[in-house]
Amino acid sequence: MSTGSVEVVYRGIFQKTLAKNICRGVVFAAKKAGKIGIAFGRYSDSPERNGIPAKQFAVVSDTEEELEEYLSRYEPDNNDVTIAADDTLCKGVESWAWYGLQPINKLLADGGTLLVTSTQSPNRLLSFIHRKGTPYNLALVRSPASFSGLWVYKDDHTDVRLLGALAKVAPHIVSLEAILETIKEQWKDDSKVQSAKKAYGATESHPVSAEQGNEEIPYEFELPGWKDMEEGLVIRGISAEAQSITGRDDGGYVPTRNTTFKKFSTRSMRPVINFDTCTKCTVCWLNCPDTCFDVTPDGFYDANMDACCGCGVCEAVCPVADCITMVNEEAFDGNDGQWEAWNKDKEAYAGWLAEKIANRPPRAHGFHHVGQYAEEVKNESA
Amino acid sequence: MSPPKTATAKKAETEGPGGPSAGSEELISGSEAIAHACRLADVDVITAYPIRPYDTVMQYVSQMISNGQFDCDYIVAESEHSQFEIVKHASTVGARVFVGSSGVGWLYAFEALAVTAGLRLPMVAMVGNRALDDPGAFGVEHNDALAVRDLGWMLCWVATAQEALDTALIAYRVAEDQRVFLPCAISCDGAFLTHSQSIVNVPSQEAVNSFLPPYERGDKLLHPDNPITIAPQANEDWVMEIRRQSDAAMRRARKVLIEAYEDLNAKFGRGGEPFIERYMMEDAEVALVGMGTLAMPVKVAVRKMREQGRKVGFVRVRWFRPFPSEELQQALSEVQAVGVIDRDYGFGSAFHSGVLANDLRSALYPMERRPKIVSFVAGLGGREVSAANVIEITDKVFDAAGGDATSDQDTYWIGVRE
Ligand code: SF4
Ligand code: SF4
Repeated sequence: MSTGSVEVVYRGIFQKTLAKNICRGVVFAAKKAGKIGIAFGRYSDSPERNGIPAKQFAVVSDTEEELEEYLSRYEPDNNDVTIAADDTLCKGVESWAWYGLQPINKLLADGGTLLVTSTQSPNRLLSFIHRKGTPYNLALVRSPASFSGLWVYKDDHTDVRLLGALAKVAPHIVSLEAILETIKEQWKDDSKVQSAKKAYGATESHPVSAEQGNEEIPYEFELPGWKDMEEGLVIRGISAEAQSITGRDDGGYVPTRNTTFKKFSTRSMRPVINFDTCTKCTVCWLNCPDTCFDVTPDGFYDANMDACCGCGVCEAVCPVADCITMVNEEAFDGNDGQWEAWNKDKEAYAGWLAEKIANRPPRAHGFHHVGQYAEEVKNESA
Repeated sequence: MSPPKTATAKKAETEGPGGPSAGSEELISGSEAIAHACRLADVDVITAYPIRPYDTVMQYVSQMISNGQFDCDYIVAESEHSQFEIVKHASTVGARVFVGSSGVGWLYAFEALAVTAGLRLPMVAMVGNRALDDPGAFGVEHNDALAVRDLGWMLCWVATAQEALDTALIAYRVAEDQRVFLPCAISCDGAFLTHSQSIVNVPSQEAVNSFLPPYERGDKLLHPDNPITIAPQANEDWVMEIRRQSDAAMRRARKVLIEAYEDLNAKFGRGGEPFIERYMMEDAEVALVGMGTLAMPVKVAVRKMREQGRKVGFVRVRWFRPFPSEELQQALSEVQAVGVIDRDYGFGSAFHSGVLANDLRSALYPMERRPKIVSFVAGLGGREVSAANVIEITDKVFDAAGGDATSDQDTYWIGVRE
């Protein structure tokens, strides 16, 4: 009796096909070893929003009976491997049908492997990844996150590289031979077979102790019973007292926000604001789809990083050149406001801002023109 | 009455023209399986309007069309009402049609659903089961499809992607049989079936052709060469006879369904017993009854309890309309108590039970020695029903069998936050 399961945590829309390819690859490869498998996404289709943490699972087993248990689960736990297809997911996810912030290693079995695509060091990633309390392994595939669109796939071999790495960290689920054969059959592309092989060889795995990782307790809350819930589907406005959780009493203005569903785990890019060039025109404040901007006492607009989903609308609408810039989420530790820092030390802030902007990865959010992904793949491999 | 005989897999190997080996093995979801069935049934007209989880079928169908694997008229309507109206009309002129929806989308088409059954048009629909709004929710509940249960729609629930594909072929064969001519809806649980991929044997075109005859409307074909009018106004002096005809058609559907399953078993080496699936029912003292993918946690739990020596079995209702009263009477005749797990609700109904529990109660009432029936509501809005939940349910059923505190005149909500 043996069952193996792989959880793939990915960014909605941008990595949907990537996640699907990985899960299907696992099932096909397991089939070669005489096992049966299933692959499922738990509601990650049309209303899947750009960047939202979403999941697909692959489960392989010797018998139909063992698989049955998984088919009826929403999110299987005790997974042998959790794949984070984008390293910013290591900060935790507000997952579908889960309330609060779910640590990326939450559903990983003790002694399992968290496999991340990242160019960061393991220690840097462990500063995000919440403490698990039991030992496990952290394995890295050295590459930036691969993002494409809902209808168009950017075939930069990330799918097969992750499959190759999977064979390395979980040979009991899939062997390298089976993975390579599967890739050959499914894609009929020798260079993809080579990529998987290379990733197999290059995958580094690091033991993580029970105590290692981000000490922060991820926010969580109790869901009320049916007798305690208000009848008639009424949701009360957030009271003034509740607002003061995020509010300020210095003359600025903080709008009411959902205190339980925060949204920041959707973000892989975040806006940074140059308050020196801002004209206080209000356009970002008016256009942010998530009402993220707090009005500061001196009339600036500071994006609240707990609420920001990283959509980039503010950057697109700001009329002042280079005033709002979307930069790499990886480079931030917390969700501190930017205006406070600017207000305290404008020179230091300018330096900080320049550094964040310099480290900006190329924007990979979504699909702009036909042929874009082919160009990107060509440039990246050049 | 004894259960209908079904052919064995062995027989298929020797006799079937297609047989399981004739197909190809694909890793597909329940929705994709339905799309394959549409392709294999060579459906002529498909209409669509997006609502999840049914919209995944749209995606797969349109993919097949754009890949040149499937040729049909594919019309995206401006609402579900038009979506169902268009195929209704196409069906009158002899087109094999496919359509589908979910949740309130299905209900938005309600008038079209009623007239289709009234007109005896063999429309085949997929319902990707979804909770009815409000609250806006995506998870599975069965009240959407069940809303048409008394109108002349044949209704079934499937548990696996393989069953979804096979049942869609059955649906065409039975709905389009001139003895029946009734629409048929195949219910697939949202997420658990529509979004789960497993290995499915997709039969060859030849095998399907040998099983599924073409759609023939005969002299009911709306065509210039056959001048007829369909759907007149009819008043007090006509309506009751028309209803009685639909009633007779639904009664006849039973036999046609049994024939279809016999043939499917013979030709494909699978399909099982029509109407119900019996799981570990031999020597069972209590039985659980449910529909759709509930079967997964229930079977897991039944196996666990059997290991502990508890004599519990499971009956999965596959066809809800026509309702398999005879089969259920026979299957449950030996047990002391039955626990019905509804993934639906029937507010204000007898004992506040779900729809399946109420129908089962009336089906078993005429039995001389009838088991106690305990009603449960679980898994609403897509909530996971765990094996532990099923064991909790079974404990109560054993309790009722022993004449203890559990009442057969109440309904228990399982997995609700108290
Ligand atoms: S990126 Fe800008 S517009 Fe988008 S949510 Fe964040 S602050 Fe608002
Ligand atoms: S849109 Fe740009 S210039 Fe206008 S208030 Fe926002 S940051 Fe300042």
